[in-house]
Amino acid sequence: MSARLARAALWITGALVAAWLVAPTLVVIPLGFTDKVSLTFPPTGWSTRWYANFFGDPAWTAALANSVLVGVLVAVVATTLGTAAAFGLSRWTNGRGAAAASVLLLAPMIVPGIILAIGIYAVFLKLGLAGTLAGFVAAHTVLALPFVVVSVTASLRTFDVRLETAAASLGAGRWATFRQVTLPLITPGVVSGALFAFVTSFDEVVVSLFIQSPTLVTLPVQMYSSVTRETDPTLAAAATMILVLTTVLVGGGLTLAARRNRAR
Amino acid sequence: MAALLSPLSPSGPAAAAAPGEKGAGSRRGTRNWPFLLIVPALLVLLAVFAYPVAQTFVSAFTTPTPGTGNFAWFFGSPANVAVLTRTFSTALWATVICLCLAYPYAYLMTVASPRARAALLLIVMLPFWTSLMVRTFAWLVLLQDTGVVNGFLGLFGLGPVSLVRTQAGVLIGMVQILMPFMVLPLYSVMSGIDRRLLTAAESLGARPLVALLRVFVPLSLPGVAAGATMVFITSLGFYVTPALLGSPGEALISQFMYTQVSGMLMWGRGGAMAVVLFAATLLLIGLLGLAMRAGRRSRASAR
Amino acid sequence: MPVDRPEGAALPAGKGARIDLSGMTKRYGGAAAVDDVTLTVEPGEFMTFLGPSGSGKTTTLNMIAGFTDITSGTLRIDDRPVGDVPAHKRDIGVVFQHYALFPHMTVAQNVAFPLRQRKVPRAERDRLVAAALETVQLPGHASRYPRELSGGQQQRVALARAIVFSPRVLLMDEPLGALDRKLREFLQLEIKRIHREVGSTFVFVTHDQEEALILSDRVAVFNNARIEQVGTARDLYERPATLFVARFLGESTILRGTATPDGSRARLDLDGLAVQASGGVRSGPAALVVRPERLRLEPDRPDAAGTGGNAVPVTVVEEIYLGSARKLEVLLPGGGRGLVREQAGTASDLRVGDRARLCWHPDDCVLLPDDPTTERIFT
Repeated sequence: MSARLARAALWITGALVAAWLVAPTLVVIPLGFTDKVSLTFPPTGWSTRWYANFFGDPAWTAALANSVLVGVLVAVVATTLGTAAAFGLSRWTNGRGAAAASVLLLAPMIVPGIILAIGIYAVFLKLGLAGTLAGFVAAHTVLALPFVVVSVTASLRTFDVRLETAAASLGAGRWATFRQVTLPLITPGVVSGALFAFVTSFDEVVVSLFIQSPTLVTLPVQMYSSVTRETDPTLAAAATMILVLTTVLVGGGLTLAARRNRAR
Repeated sequence: MAALLSPLSPSGPAAAAAPGEKGAGSRRGTRNWPFLLIVPALLVLLAVFAYPVAQTFVSAFTTPTPGTGNFAWFFGSPANVAVLTRTFSTALWATVICLCLAYPYAYLMTVASPRARAALLLIVMLPFWTSLMVRTFAWLVLLQDTGVVNGFLGLFGLGPVSLVRTQAGVLIGMVQILMPFMVLPLYSVMSGIDRRLLTAAESLGARPLVALLRVFVPLSLPGVAAGATMVFITSLGFYVTPALLGSPGEALISQFMYTQVSGMLMWGRGGAMAVVLFAATLLLIGLLGLAMRAGRRSRASAR
Repeated sequence: MPVDRPEGAALPAGKGARIDLSGMTKRYGGAAAVDDVTLTVEPGEFMTFLGPSGSGKTTTLNMIAGFTDITSGTLRIDDRPVGDVPAHKRDIGVVFQHYALFPHMTVAQNVAFPLRQRKVPRAERDRLVAAALETVQLPGHASRYPRELSGGQQQRVALARAIVFSPRVLLMDEPLGALDRKLREFLQLEIKRIHREVGSTFVFVTHDQEEALILSDRVAVFNNARIEQVGTARDLYERPATLFVARFLGESTILRGTATPDGSRARLDLDGLAVQASGGVRSGPAALVVRPERLRLEPDRPDAAGTGGNAVPVTVVEEIYLGSARKLEVLLPGGGRGLVREQAGTASDLRVGDRARLCWHPDDCVLLPDDPTTERIFT
């Protein structure tokens, strides 16, 4: 087989896989504009009534509002806790302690979500936290923390500790040094961490399914129930909006992370 | 998997900084200030993660009665065990298919121009973050009896094939979602392989394909191991995709856990299955760790 | 949380502080990086810590700065014990080898940083920043970013930042190490000038003995976590106290043997030969140290009368021509090498291969306790 043929075959395979990774998801976009009541694809006519339906239905709008609210709160809490933890980890001189702490900080990424969901559900029921805003924020924060920690830690890796020593010699205490010297230079890591935290919370399904209540439903949970019950293209409209929002946010987060690396 | 934990090991250019303690002006009494910064996050994790998970494991042995009754129930019924075997086999299939698709993709990334490589990387990373619900829903639309896939097959006079509510449908959805977990470790290892080894092999008389198989592939095995482990472990815990694309009669373990706990409040049984699932996860991570160490040792001794 | 400086506690009054190190020790585990260092730096003095890597000079500097805790001993600045004072409250300026300029701030913001920490009002701040930049001769660069500057310019900004708040002590940790030679020589003179202008006590760390001799009022030579000798350049060069100091600073010829008292002088026996020295130890294994410019080579004529000084038979093995002078390397009895420096006007006409007599006056050499460990460092 000539090299050129092999190379072409490789590219075709790659392109097909790439298409397979991206294209199927895009199906929801035109589907949100179909004029039929069913989810047959491709649509034969166009209408925006499903978007109107979405924004007119209190179940959907409440779910959207809840997801955004929880997401923002989680982003704030997880970023604050996670940035502090990442910073503390990088400056802690106890190697074994730091290793143990990082295992705990990253564990939520490894433990299967269903196990965590069951556990949290049981505990929340006992404490009356199921279906509460605080409960949702707590549960999602735990899932988002590892991403913030990894992102901020990566930024801290490229930060020169000697700048902190210099700041101290010039009269800045620890907090002043962090605020004026360290934080401005790790901002890309913090901000991309915050974006990933928001997206993690915004998209969370399994735990939310357990701890939901009739008064507090998040958007993915609402979608999940909708899919299992009725299937009308309002779902596609909701899916499109989620798709656009998370793509923009994650695209932004990844760009920031890349720019941090390029700027070296 | 180890790559996940290594981001936090202290190192990097700044570690070789001014001698003395890290952080300027650490004084007696306030020497442990870094630890204090970690505490709030640790407390939240202990309260909302470690404690609930531990509780779940404990409940396997204590609810409703102390002992191993829940495990006896689970392993006693062939239907239950079938759930476990189905979960493992689905995970295995998913891993194999992912590997077959991801390997050429990752290889392509290593030989592509930097611009193309960045684009290929983005195409892998973006779906990684795109809502799981949205992607599963999209597959639901595509795989339904009147969906695109069947329409496509219909062009050739085939089908309609029932893809939703089948294991095949579940696999199709899962593989797409799991691909990044396989591509990224593969690419990471492949990009570290010195391509000059291939040219050396060819200069010694090997045909390009042979060089690829006998030089490149063995060197890429650590990436294969890491990727396969990640995909397998993640598949074990999958809930949404099997729940929506599969049939209730062919549930995977996570769905079974859901029905036991959410529907019937059988905490102990849910806990027992959680123990089994977590034990399988730990075992695999341990095996991966051993394989990595053995691989490193054999490569080091080969020098 | 550190307590903020109260309003009204202005900048330090400038000029130089006195630094007293007393028995300062730093241990890591069992090993001492700095071992019982005692030293006084006079107000306004330019003191250099000189020594090879790992000798403890940088660790000592870090203890003065407050970056490293003191294991034992006391540190006083202006007679106040500061061992327990955190680094950011010590009012000491520090210049680092790799500048450590804040990349996200302009030159002006970098230089203004210490003033902001001390809550200096805006107008006063701007004035002081401009004055500092003037002192380091970088007046027009205020709104540039560090990445736009050359290495030499960055170091000058770092200097400006360290002196803008008029600290009474300025510490410099090998600040010129990252620069090429011409730049280094230029900045050495700049630093000397700034020292005269500003008047603070300067403590400068380097491993480059030439640099130390050019810049300093006094030099403290560090070796193996201890100070071997403190003194002016002249003291150290002409009257080294240990073999390490003799070999670290300048070039020398060394003859080893056993010393015995001989009247007012000491006599060194070298395998059958005997030479005399006026200063130094008087018994035991000793090394005699002579500087190249104090040696003379005389042709090996049997009838040549001694001049009352020492004479040792040698063979010339190497000639190094320097234009205004030349250096001759000679083979000593016992196998070692010696170095003689001859000015162009008064040089002998000896060539490589010639036998000669190496002559010098007992007052021009010093007898030091022999120290075999220096072999490891200098060969």
